Amino acid sequence: MDLIYTAAQTQFRAEVRDWLKAHIPAAPLPSFDTDVGFAAHREWEKTLAQGDFGMVTWPKEFGGRGCDLIDWLIFEEEYYRAGAPLRVNQNGIFLLGPTLMEYGTPAQKKRFISAMASGSEMWAQGWSEPGAGSDMAAIRCRADRDGDEFVINGQKIWSTRAVFADWVFCLLRTDPESSRHHGLSFILVPLDAPGVTVRPIPQLNGLPGFAEIFFDDVRVSDFNLIGEEGGGWAIAMATAGFERGLMLRSPARFQQASKRLVELYRQRQNDILDLSIEDSVVRCYMDAEAYALSTYQTASRLINNGAIGPESSCNKIFWSELDLSIHETAMSLLGAKAEIEPSSPDADQQLSNWLDGFLFAQSGPIYAGTNEIQRNIIAERMLGMPRR
Amino acid sequence: MNFTFNDDQLLFRDSVRDLLSNEVTAERIRQRWDSDSGVDSAALQSLVDLGLTAALVPEEQGGLGLNTVDFILIAEECGRAALPEPIVDSCLVATPMLVDADRALEGSDSRLGELLQAIASGDQTVLCGPSINPYINFAHSADYLLLPHGNEVHLVAIDAVQLELQTSVDLSRRLSKVSWQPRSETCIARGEMGADLWRSTLNRGALANAAQLLGLSEAMVARSVQFATDREQFGRPIGVNQAVKHLLADCAVKAEFAKPAIYRAAYTVAVAPTRADWSVSHAKASAGDAARAASRNCTQVHGAMGYTWECDLHIWMKRAWTLDREWGDAGFHKNRIHEWLLQPNALLGPQYTFGRRHLGDAVNPTIAV
Repeated sequence: MDLIYTAAQTQFRAEVRDWLKAHIPAAPLPSFDTDVGFAAHREWEKTLAQGDFGMVTWPKEFGGRGCDLIDWLIFEEEYYRAGAPLRVNQNGIFLLGPTLMEYGTPAQKKRFISAMASGSEMWAQGWSEPGAGSDMAAIRCRADRDGDEFVINGQKIWSTRAVFADWVFCLLRTDPESSRHHGLSFILVPLDAPGVTVRPIPQLNGLPGFAEIFFDDVRVSDFNLIGEEGGGWAIAMATAGFERGLMLRSPARFQQASKRLVELYRQRQNDILDLSIEDSVVRCYMDAEAYALSTYQTASRLINNGAIGPESSCNKIFWSELDLSIHETAMSLLGAKAEIEPSSPDADQQLSNWLDGFLFAQSGPIYAGTNEIQRNIIAERMLGMPRR
Repeated sequence: MNFTFNDDQLLFRDSVRDLLSNEVTAERIRQRWDSDSGVDSAALQSLVDLGLTAALVPEEQGGLGLNTVDFILIAEECGRAALPEPIVDSCLVATPMLVDADRALEGSDSRLGELLQAIASGDQTVLCGPSINPYINFAHSADYLLLPHGNEVHLVAIDAVQLELQTSVDLSRRLSKVSWQPRSETCIARGEMGADLWRSTLNRGALANAAQLLGLSEAMVARSVQFATDREQFGRPIGVNQAVKHLLADCAVKAEFAKPAIYRAAYTVAVAPTRADWSVSHAKASAGDAARAASRNCTQVHGAMGYTWECDLHIWMKRAWTLDREWGDAGFHKNRIHEWLLQPNALLGPQYTFGRRHLGDAVNPTIAV
């Protein structure tokens, strides 16, 4: 155990810090769930790519730097510390990218990862359906083989970023006779293909962060099939592993938020009547640290050829509940002014940031597998409790 | 940067775990309850033979020269076994205090070096009684006590103190209130040096309890998983019910995130025990939280059985209750963190997870532990 960064790691941190300082947009970008905001965030992804900071852990040939996971953590720490824009292509770079690295053919990697890394193609996720939420194996949306093409018919829902994205990665039923997790395939679909209709769904903040996607005889080449036909379930589970496991929510995000919470607490300390707030602030700061420490532990273990292990299913519960606690505590500190929308005359940047974050935090315990499903996974796979 | 344990550390942990699971069974713990000393000499001797008492004694005094990081997983295992004997208190807390004192005095007090040799060989035992704890556990079994008088540290032979035995809710514990008179010849440190020794000792004690609380939590959850798998109602194991699963999953999450806090605190204590307040308090507060949740939820999973004397769960649960309050309760440790968060110069934010050394603004050589 050695909890000191190496000279190379310190040097990398300094490089990231300097680059971000020189390149971060002067004013905060508008929400990426608006036309203008999405375009601005797309530009930012291109800027990151030009600095070779799009995805530092990827190999150099795909626009990365071949960094290890400790470097990735350092990058993320500096990224959140600097208040850089949120990553609009997180479905692509954090979920599909690692999946393609593992399951894609060389030609598929060349085609899709490079465009993702350069910031030119943005991705949405197409898994859930009206009848397949937590029970994802109930997927019905079909992709029927026709020569070297698939013909897609059906519907996806809760597709984050699909309103503005270029592509969607889907889990589709390629064997009509199959049921449950058999006969599903992992297929990439361009959202501008004929027969695709995207219907926006406004989220809690009123912006169209979600969409429903309807497929009506949509034809895609079988080049877009990832892995074996009918072998999509295992690939989707691997993607979900990235999502819950390590990369989707880096600890720096919560450490930065809890730092801002402590600053807000110091400002408001003399006006606090709710006796539970002091405890909440301490708790939030500790938990953000704990999540960071746990991630360093996992990263170190993976670098030393260890495996992620079933205990990683604890992560998603921990960070999503932490995010809620941080924002609930901030809202309590802001008191009756907390409800003020950014457009109000009385609003300031601080108020708006907390309100935005508070609304978004509501979704944490739901997406990427609800926390109830996560608790089942912990009980059955980590603790070994009986399934039935 | 490498936040893992090495193979030697894991191997040491495994051998202690094996030994404890054979030698320290619930049945033998209950036998101790009926004895005067509360000590199982055979079990204690096997732990001495495995090198526990020698672990943190320097090599030049016949010890193994290990540090807090090497021992932290051992403390966790002692918790997992609900080991009654105060091995962790003596090896991870009192012994390093003597080592620190001996170093600060540059070996000028020969009593300390001789005592450390006797500790390493398992011939003598030292425990300490900081002012934060009203009682000393197993004081009667020690040869010497380290006691505070203001900032002074006194090394007092057991026959020079009066012990008043108290009965704990946890019958494995043997608490004593200690009365004694400070004398100049028992004083081994005072002033700044004494304050530093007590400060380090408080951190080591809280860390020692945090690690044991983690082991206790995981042991309670493991027993409850077994119970929920074996016990059937409505024709199937009660553990298939989500309401039962989620009680234990919640405990697992708490324990999982107490772990890295404990390991970082162990590292910090090994490197700079007087400057480990914040990391130790984080470890103790989160381990205590995990243990309280495990005590409560595991009793619930056991149903009426969990409320009986016959069911072994209370061996672990009562230990968790007591260790959670010893060496500073949750309030004490959360208050230390609170005070720190309010300091204008506190290093907050994502770049400071491991302090400031990596930023090059402090001169500190790389210390690998």
